[in-house]
Amino acid sequence: MTAVAFAHTAPDTLDAALRALAAPGRTATPLAGGQSLVPLLTSRQVRPDVVVDLTGVPGLTGITVGPDRVRIGAMTTLRTLERHPELAAALPVLGRAAAAVAHPHIRRRATLGGSLCHAAPAAELPAVAVALGAEVVLRSLRGTRSVPADRFATGAHTTVRAPDEMATEIVFPRTTGLTHTFHELCTRGATGYPVAGVCLGLRTDGGRVRAARVVVTGCGDVPLRLPGTEARLTGRPVAGPHPGLLAALVAEAAAHGGPEDGGYRAEVAGVLLLRALADRGEGAAR
Amino acid sequence: MNVRRITMRVNGTARTADAPHHLTLADHLRTALRLTGTHIGCGTGDCGACVVLLDGAPVCSCLVLAVQADGREVTTVEGVADGDRPAAAQRALVEEHGLQCGFCTPGLIVRMAHAARHGGGEQDVLAGHLCRCTGYEGIRAAWRRLAAEEDGR
Repeated sequence: MTAVAFAHTAPDTLDAALRALAAPGRTATPLAGGQSLVPLLTSRQVRPDVVVDLTGVPGLTGITVGPDRVRIGAMTTLRTLERHPELAAALPVLGRAAAAVAHPHIRRRATLGGSLCHAAPAAELPAVAVALGAEVVLRSLRGTRSVPADRFATGAHTTVRAPDEMATEIVFPRTTGLTHTFHELCTRGATGYPVAGVCLGLRTDGGRVRAARVVVTGCGDVPLRLPGTEARLTGRPVAGPHPGLLAALVAEAAAHGGPEDGGYRAEVAGVLLLRALADRGEGAAR
Repeated sequence: MNVRRITMRVNGTARTADAPHHLTLADHLRTALRLTGTHIGCGTGDCGACVVLLDGAPVCSCLVLAVQADGREVTTVEGVADGDRPAAAQRALVEEHGLQCGFCTPGLIVRMAHAARHGGGEQDVLAGHLCRCTGYEGIRAAWRRLAAEEDGR
């Protein structure tokens, strides 16, 4: 289909982009990689007056690995996350989760900031951002604010971002003391939309879980952190057995509401969690 | 309606045409430039029939706005062959029965021709391309033949 007519503007400074987003009397949508927004435009689910193309805005790409935190420009592509040796050394889960998104054509253009702002319930990177305790930096003509990832998405495809704001940077702490992995199940097909996924953060000692972080995708409208499941894991042998863990995860996820098939998705997430623990347990024993 | 006159280098030739801001690159190639080899399947980035090279990298042309390609280089399936001589990717698909109805084929040809030069595993090359006819066996065989030919060079 063809989009409802809009005006495309491609500002070449951040200030011009912010002014375009704040222009009164017309609706403006920021365009990052376009891999989710363009289909929403052509299917007429989104009908802005103006599309503000951020591709030419300088300073929005790049990965800076510091001792305490990793700062990633919002327009950094998933391809870059996948192939960045310094990032792979500092926070390997980010590149691996990025590599799980869609397929290479998409990842070449899709961006980290775009993924967080699109806020698809089963998306990989918003869940990893929650698990790692990331902060999303939002800029507008009114100023700058930083929003914790677990308070960024407010529902399926909705976030706290105001219409005149844009994400400029995502900041990931390196000081969680946990090691994170990401696992998901996708439907068959070229793109392979995820059914559910789990980002598991663990600190272990002598084969036992000392601290855990569990965030699941697909089971609710937003990535769900499951502190009850985390508490059940703490003190247990990583490799298991984990009696009742799957049922407890399903019950805890169900309390958040979510999609009609959320129960099925939560069971998938539970199985992924058990597999992740088995993998990690094996690794710990070696 | 907002329209911009855009120029891109398509298959080695500069092509200037008016593009409504809201039109995709795939639509622009097919309607304004009459390059109908690029097919539009899903319009959502799932099927890969519309894949072209944008500045040398494969992208879904249904997920890029035409105005975003202004001043850039585009290679479509029409630009893969060497004049009347089919490209190696096209020959491999024919030899190995890698197509039936042909709808997905233009995107696959562009992708395979790119991967043959720049490398890529079988899974990676076929990811992002849907074929409803062949069951992929012929396409995989074509890719293996093409990869072997490239290795032999």
